[in-house]
Amino acid sequence: MFAEYTASELTSIFAMQGFAGLILFSVFVLMALGLAIIFGQMGVINMAHGEFMILGAYITYLTSNVFSEYVPTLFSGYFFLAMLLAFLATFLLGALVEWAMIRHLYKRPLDTLLATWGLSLILQQLYRTVFGAREVGVTLPDWLMGSYPLTEMIEIPINGIFVMVLTLIISLGVYFMMFRSRWGCQVRAVVQNREMASAVGINTEKVDRITFALGCGIAGIAGSAFTMVGSTGPTSGQLYIVDTFLVVVFGGAQSLLGTIASAFTISQAQSTMEFFLSGSMAKVLTLLVVVGILMLRPQGLFALKIRH
Amino acid sequence: MLSNNLSSKFRKAALAFTASIFLTPYISQANPVNSTGLAVTDDKVTVGILHSVTGTMAISETGSVQAEKLAIEQINAMGGVLGRKIEFIQEDGASDWPTFAEKSKKLLVNDKVAAVFGCWTSASRKAVLPVFEQYNGMLYYPTFYEGLEQSPNVIYTGQEATQQILEGIDWAKSTKGAKTFYLLGSDYIWPRTSNKIARKHIDKLGLKVVGEEYYPLGHTQFNSVINKIKLKKPDVVFISVVGGSNVAFYKQLKAAGINMTKEKPLFLTISVTEDEILGIGGENIEGIYASMKYFQSLPNDNNKGFVEAFKAKWGKDIVIGDVTQAAYLGPWLWKAAVEKAGSFDIDKVRAASPGIELTTAPEGYVRVHENHHLWSKTRIGVAMTDGQYKVVYESSDLIEPDPFPEGYQ
Repeated sequence: MFAEYTASELTSIFAMQGFAGLILFSVFVLMALGLAIIFGQMGVINMAHGEFMILGAYITYLTSNVFSEYVPTLFSGYFFLAMLLAFLATFLLGALVEWAMIRHLYKRPLDTLLATWGLSLILQQLYRTVFGAREVGVTLPDWLMGSYPLTEMIEIPINGIFVMVLTLIISLGVYFMMFRSRWGCQVRAVVQNREMASAVGINTEKVDRITFALGCGIAGIAGSAFTMVGSTGPTSGQLYIVDTFLVVVFGGAQSLLGTIASAFTISQAQSTMEFFLSGSMAKVLTLLVVVGILMLRPQGLFALKIRH
Repeated sequence: MLSNNLSSKFRKAALAFTASIFLTPYISQANPVNSTGLAVTDDKVTVGILHSVTGTMAISETGSVQAEKLAIEQINAMGGVLGRKIEFIQEDGASDWPTFAEKSKKLLVNDKVAAVFGCWTSASRKAVLPVFEQYNGMLYYPTFYEGLEQSPNVIYTGQEATQQILEGIDWAKSTKGAKTFYLLGSDYIWPRTSNKIARKHIDKLGLKVVGEEYYPLGHTQFNSVINKIKLKKPDVVFISVVGGSNVAFYKQLKAAGINMTKEKPLFLTISVTEDEILGIGGENIEGIYASMKYFQSLPNDNNKGFVEAFKAKWGKDIVIGDVTQAAYLGPWLWKAAVEKAGSFDIDKVRAASPGIELTTAPEGYVRVHENHHLWSKTRIGVAMTDGQYKVVYESSDLIEPDPFPEGYQ
């Protein structure tokens, strides 16, 4: 396979392939973090996760339009504001959904699957009504779409770096919130034993609402970032949902660290195999590996040690 | 209680249904214009429009619906068909193939429509085909597709695969000196058949395929394949990726530092129309080539009038892609066949169809072949930043449709 290439060509291709794997890893983590909080910490199967992401993407689209219309001079920086707005919008929608729907279903996790599936269909049709059935093109600032030539062969995509840095920041943020703050302590207490947490004076309803909204907010940021690498249309959210659940379940539902480990395993496996096999084949093999490991370890890669 | 309720509802529905059958206007069997009881009266004729306006495919099918409605409106303004105004019943296939079959049966059996303009994906066409053949309806199908089909009940107004592909590859060889090709597509029947045809033709020309790849529908990460393309350095990357994946693919190409305007490699697609560029963004796809029969920018008078009328009806920012134009031909081809036959009867319309020609088509002149596809020209366009294609080449003659190419199956 490699006989016809020079050593330097191969080195640079493998370097770029490794980088492609890292980008995929960041994309997976960004996709899955919000769901890991909602599904892992709260046991809610949120089938509308992809639609929350796309709401973030649409907010980005609207922001870019407003900027190019009214403040074109500041256009190159609109993306940061767009992400913030995407977070706020999805956070608020998440809080609303939790209040209207999810809070009545905490005891019935399977029913959340159906309810959120319905919600995803409603949101899709809403996007179609508001933004039209066609995909919208999100114009990105030039500096985001460029690439940095490292050597003759190696080109580093700026937006790949951007997604990586963003993933790192958000992961650290989630880590500090969950494990280094008073509020995170309450969340973990509620997850481990709702009644007891309530008995020691934690407002479980408020914790639930904010946790759910936060998960949706992170989905919104992810969706905003993915306008750089993917499409924005009413049904684009469906493209992400399977991979997202795959990452969360494989990592072990209740462990955020597991989500990151699982994203790393799946992304490296997939990008390595994609290089040696065809795209569809790589996907099939990745799924087979995941299913195989889950048969041996049904709880996923990492599991919390809780007495039930 | 519940079962009682249900059965009474069912009885009511059944009654209403039988009533509707008996209450349809009785049409004399002796009338040669309509001897089979289609929904035709002395001053109007009813046709069906069957596309997805909800679900995944709504993205693509919206343009087809708009084009068909525009054509019907224009025909009515000219006095209709055989002196009858066209009315349409629109049904939503909802991006779901069984739904398409069910709705087509409703249009043919309950509504007795004289023709149906509709379907977009091959899957939806395959789902309605048995219904059209059983109840003898006529479907005008707009999408460019893989061929390998010929039904007496379908007129294919888009190109079949060989019309798009062979011309594109010949052009790449003769004007760009291409010798090596990398084939990339989404993983389902149309790209796979298209690439089979492409590969065979590339072999026949004595050129080389250096890679062939398929990614699942909806795939959003193309960095690995982009690296492979960089390593293999093909002269041409021949692309049949569809849907949202397109947006991801071209954005990632651009971000990986590949300048498409340099044509190293040259990107040649058969699946990106102006519709798709809306989502991709012209600045991310500038410099790729597409091989199709129609571009919105085609410089002829027919097309100028068509684009103006389309924008007047559907908004000034609208774009028109290959399939939208092919959908627009449907009602006009049907009108011509009905008038040649002097009747709405499906069998007579079918017999009259081969040889029907349109000189007013936006794409120029087209003619219906005995195999129910169209003789049409193929153009190569290059994508510009404004989201339009600039036509750089046009086949000198009409290309004969060949839905069953020798040795390609």
